[in-house]
Amino acid sequence: MASATAGAVPTGRQLSVPRWAWTLPPLAALGLAFLYPLALVVWQSVSPDSGGHDLSAYGQVLGSTVFREALLNTVVIAASATAGCLVLGFTLALVIAFVPFPGGRALSRVVDVFLAFPSFLITLALLFLYGTTGIVNGLWTQATGAANGPLDFLQTPWGVVLAEITYFTPFVMRPLLAAFERLDTAQIEAASSLGARAPRVVGRVILPEALPALAAGGSLVLVMCLNEFGIVLFTGAKGVTTLPMLVYGKAILDGDYPGACVVAVVSVVVSVALHTLYRAVVSRTLPASGGTRAAAR
Amino acid sequence: MLLHGKAARLIAQAVFLVLFLPLFALPFLVIVVASFATDWNGALPSGLTVQHYREALGGDAAHALTVSLLTAVAASLVALLVGAWAALAAHRLRRAGRGVMDTLFTLPVAVPSVVVGLSLLVAFSKPPLLLNGTPGIVITAHAVLVTAFAYQSVSAALARLDPACEQIAASLGASPARVLWRIRIPLLLPSLTGAAGLGFALSMGELSATMMLYPPSWTPLPVSIFGATDRGSLFTGAALAVVLMATTLLVLLAVSRVRNRASYR
Repeated sequence: MASATAGAVPTGRQLSVPRWAWTLPPLAALGLAFLYPLALVVWQSVSPDSGGHDLSAYGQVLGSTVFREALLNTVVIAASATAGCLVLGFTLALVIAFVPFPGGRALSRVVDVFLAFPSFLITLALLFLYGTTGIVNGLWTQATGAANGPLDFLQTPWGVVLAEITYFTPFVMRPLLAAFERLDTAQIEAASSLGARAPRVVGRVILPEALPALAAGGSLVLVMCLNEFGIVLFTGAKGVTTLPMLVYGKAILDGDYPGACVVAVVSVVVSVALHTLYRAVVSRTLPASGGTRAAAR
Repeated sequence: MLLHGKAARLIAQAVFLVLFLPLFALPFLVIVVASFATDWNGALPSGLTVQHYREALGGDAAHALTVSLLTAVAASLVALLVGAWAALAAHRLRRAGRGVMDTLFTLPVAVPSVVVGLSLLVAFSKPPLLLNGTPGIVITAHAVLVTAFAYQSVSAALARLDPACEQIAASLGASPARVLWRIRIPLLLPSLTGAAGLGFALSMGELSATMMLYPPSWTPLPVSIFGATDRGSLFTGAALAVVLMATTLLVLLAVSRVRNRASYR
């Protein structure tokens, strides 16, 4: 109370601008460079080239098989990659946190540095490793004398899924490791001294504690997978069209801007809805973490 | 300790390494080795060469590196200014106002980068604001994408800041501007430099929005990496990728040194 009045007196005397006015310059910048262009995309999507304003572009695009295939591809790839990231991230985080070995933590920090690198480098590396003229296939043909190697999946959706799992798993590991750090180890000791074996301890003690972190990491990865463009572009597969690829193809390759805007609006709606869900999950987990910290005092 | 038997622990660690190394360590190692290889379709590369680097750094690609560096520096500085200003202004608002600012400034993360590119193309292709075809449109796109991260990292740091310092300064008669300049910004310096480094790294590797709107005269490094691999010159692409990773790491290292000095002060 005292600090509030002490702060209010000089503010009232010296600062003639109201507090909210300071938000105007950055809001204007954001509005001009982001919100206004985004509104124009929505506007463009209801303004066909023939003039006037109607929803005809939506009918055409949403009814086309190209769009429906792209939507299906996007959802299947994103869901599979997210599931893979959750399983892999949980396993790896579990070992780092509860079966520690020298260098394990350092390794997980190295992974953080990788996140500073662009995603498409993963696809580039996978092309060297598993591509049709890559290392694994080369070894196979040298060993067996066959004309072609056994691996030819990089140009399929599974190549994209593998690359996305590799790139996005750290995003699941980070919140999990933070959650495991807050976990009271006495619970684990108690459970195992009462005779619970490791799988039971993981299922009954660790997993329930990790669920909020898993939900937060999983929904973030899902959003990022839905919007991933670089990995899909670098696989260069004609058969793998996702929504971002469709936006790029329609606008840049076909010059069909109204069509591209329709696809863009659809993917923005899906993505913003999921991201809102993610933020709700994160803000629900935050009070819980505060409580644990207070309890650990 | 979850596993008590020594054998069980060894198995868990072995599983970890078997999953971890091929997935995370191998990809970047492969790119680095491939960039020096003459050809590689066996266990080991056929021969060593620096030819790919000579190709990569002669002419066009050297230009691409300069373009990427200039874009990343400009975009991260603009994003830092806008993001930090917005976070500082939002911090002084009431709960509802802060919520609106949070939603607006994290929105660029939720919108697909390709759509950010498309929207700028739609908005700035005709007068009065004709940015299409100029470096400005690439820098604007990167700045929009990076601002959200700058905002998040500065507002997280603000939430952790001890209000006592600025209250003491204000009670001793320091004006709000002086409190901001002498107390808040110095205390926020580590997070500000961190945000700048993150923004730089993200901008260096940005491909999605860039593919939508780069003019031929302003081709950033990720686009030339895509160009090389699309032509089938995977090894040149690898050399360019190593240049990209090395530059990003060097700048991050420099930023973290500045950051350590800032937090030491």
